[in-house]
Amino acid sequence: MSEFDQIFVTLKHWLLGQLANVVPGALLPVLSALLSIAAIIMVFATLFAIMTILERKGLGRIQNRFGPNRVGPFGFLQPAADGIKALIKEDLVPRAADKVVHLLAPVMLVVPALLVYAVLPIGRNMVAIDFDAGLLFFFAVGAASELAVFMAGWSSRNKYALLGAMRAVAQMVSYEIPLILSTVSVVMITGTLSPVKMVEAQVGQGGWLPAWFVFTPWGFAGFVLFMIAANAEANRSPFDLPEGESELVAGYFTEYSGFKFALFFLAEYLGLFAVSGLGITLFLGGWQAPFPALEFIPSWAWFFAKLLGLIVLFIWTRGTLPRLRVDQLMNFAWKFMLPLALINLLTAAVWHYMPPGSPRWLVCSGMVVGPYVLLGRGLLAGKHVAKRIYRYAE
Amino acid sequence: MLGEGIIKGMAETARNFLGSYVSAERLTTVQYPEERAPQIENARQFPFLVFDGQDPIQGLRCVGCQICEKECPPKCIYIVKSKDKRADYKGQLQLYPATFDIDLSVCMSCQICVEVCPFEAIKMDTAYELSTTDRFGGLLVNKTQLAKSNEHYRKIHPTDAAVSDTVLAAEVAKAQAKVKAEAETKAKAAAEAKAKVAASAGPQPAPALTV
Repeated sequence: MSEFDQIFVTLKHWLLGQLANVVPGALLPVLSALLSIAAIIMVFATLFAIMTILERKGLGRIQNRFGPNRVGPFGFLQPAADGIKALIKEDLVPRAADKVVHLLAPVMLVVPALLVYAVLPIGRNMVAIDFDAGLLFFFAVGAASELAVFMAGWSSRNKYALLGAMRAVAQMVSYEIPLILSTVSVVMITGTLSPVKMVEAQVGQGGWLPAWFVFTPWGFAGFVLFMIAANAEANRSPFDLPEGESELVAGYFTEYSGFKFALFFLAEYLGLFAVSGLGITLFLGGWQAPFPALEFIPSWAWFFAKLLGLIVLFIWTRGTLPRLRVDQLMNFAWKFMLPLALINLLTAAVWHYMPPGSPRWLVCSGMVVGPYVLLGRGLLAGKHVAKRIYRYAE
Repeated sequence: MLGEGIIKGMAETARNFLGSYVSAERLTTVQYPEERAPQIENARQFPFLVFDGQDPIQGLRCVGCQICEKECPPKCIYIVKSKDKRADYKGQLQLYPATFDIDLSVCMSCQICVEVCPFEAIKMDTAYELSTTDRFGGLLVNKTQLAKSNEHYRKIHPTDAAVSDTVLAAEVAKAQAKVKAEAETKAKAAAEAKAKVAASAGPQPAPALTV
C-alpha cells in the first residue's frame, strides 16, 4: 500500500534531492512549488481533455447519437484535434473592445481556477500547501472568477456578452451563499478550516458505512446542496443561463475566439473539477478508500475515481435537465437552497450535541426531510405543473 | 414532491444512454461516407441533358430553343445555338446547342428548366457529391459532362422516365402518322391525278370505240 500510495511524493522528494546537488539550497522551496504546480496543471489539464470527450460521447448516447467517433480509436483523440484547432484559429478582437481587459479576462479566469488546487488534498500527503485556512482560501480565490467573467462581458462591448456577464454575476453571487453555507456545517463538526484535517476527521468506519460525512443526515443534505450550488457556480446546465447559447450566442465569451475561447472552456472545467474535489474532500471522505479492505488501491486513485464519478453525475444532469429561467434560478437559490442550508447548520449542531444512536438519526433526518418537503411545496405553490397545452402550435 | 420529475428524467436519460449501446435501432445516425441513406425516387439535385443512342453529343435531345435559359430563375444556364441543323429523334431537322453550360454554384435545384422543356431534353439528376477542388472551372459544367443517357434517366427516375418515353413515342407515332398521311394524300393525289389524266384521256378513245 504505502509504496505505490506515496509514489508521487517519493518521486518529488527524489527529484528535489537530485536538484539539491545542482542548484543552491535557497532555490529549493521555489523548485518544490514549481514541481507541484507542474503536476497539478498537467494532471488537471489532461482530465479536462478526458472530460470533454467523455461529455460529448455521453451526451451523444443520452440523445441516441454516436458522439465524436472519427479521430483515433472510438474518437478518443478528439480533444487533441480540438486543441490544435483552437491554437491555429484566428484570434479576433472586436474593434470597439477594451483590448487590455479583453486580453486579461481569460487569464484572470484561469489563474484562480488553478490557484484553488493548491489546498486540495488529492492523496495521502499530496497537497501543494497544507494551509490552515484552506477552505477560506478556496472560496476567497474562487470568488475572483466572477470578476473575470464580468471583465470578459464588459470589455467585449457586445450586448450579448454584457447580458451574459450580468446573469453570470447575479447567479454566482446568489449561489455562492448556499455553496459556502453548506460547507460551514462541515467546519462546525470538524472544528477546522484545513481540508487536510477535514479528510482526517472522516477516517474509519461508522458502523457498516465509512465515516464519511455524506452518510449523515446533515452531511447528505449538505452534499446535495453543495453539488447543486457547485453546478450553478460552474455555469453548467441546468444553470447555464450566462452562456445560454439559444438566447445569448455564448454569453460572456461571445466575442472570444481561438485559444482565448479555449481558456474560458478550460477555466470552466477546472473550476468544476476544483469544486468537485472540494465536495469530495468535505463530504466523500477525500482520498480515503470506503472500506479498509480496499486500501491496497492508492489514495490518489480513490480521489480521481470519486472525481470521475462526480463528473459522470454532472454530465448526466446536463443531459437530463433543461435550462431554468432567470426568475426560477433566483427563486431556487433564495427561497429554497438558502433556507435549507441555514436549517442544515442547525441540524449539524443538533447532530453534534445529541449522543450517538438511532434517536439522533431520527431527529436529524426529520430536520432534513421536513424542511425539504415543505420548502419544495412552497416552491411549487401556485404553479400549475402539468403537461403544457399549445393553443396554436401543432 | 419536488425532485420527482428530476429522478424520472434521470432514469429516462440513463435508459437512453444504456439502450443506445444495446439496441442498434435507437441510433438513427447514418455514418455518411461509409453508409448512405437511400434516396427517394423524386430526389433531385442538378440537371442533366438526356441523349438517345450511343453518341452523347450527337444523340442530345436538346434543340437549343433556350426556353430553359430564359426561365431559369438564378440564370445559371448558358446556351449558344448551332449554325447548322441535324435530324432529331423523329427525323425532323433541328438546331442543336453548340454550347450548353450550367453553373453548379448558381443552380438552386428548382427543376423549372425541366418543367418548361418541350422536348424532354433536360432532367434532374440525383447525384449529390458534386464538390470539386477547382471552384471556377470545376463548377461550370459543360455539355459533355451534362450529357447522360436515357437509360440513366430510366434508372434514377423510373416513373418519370416511363411518362417521358410515352410522350416521345406518341410524338414519333404522330410524326410517322403525319408522314404516312402525307404519303397517302400524295399517293391519293397522284392516283387522282392519274385518274384524271386517264379520265381526260379515256373519253377520247371511247368515241372511237363507239364509232
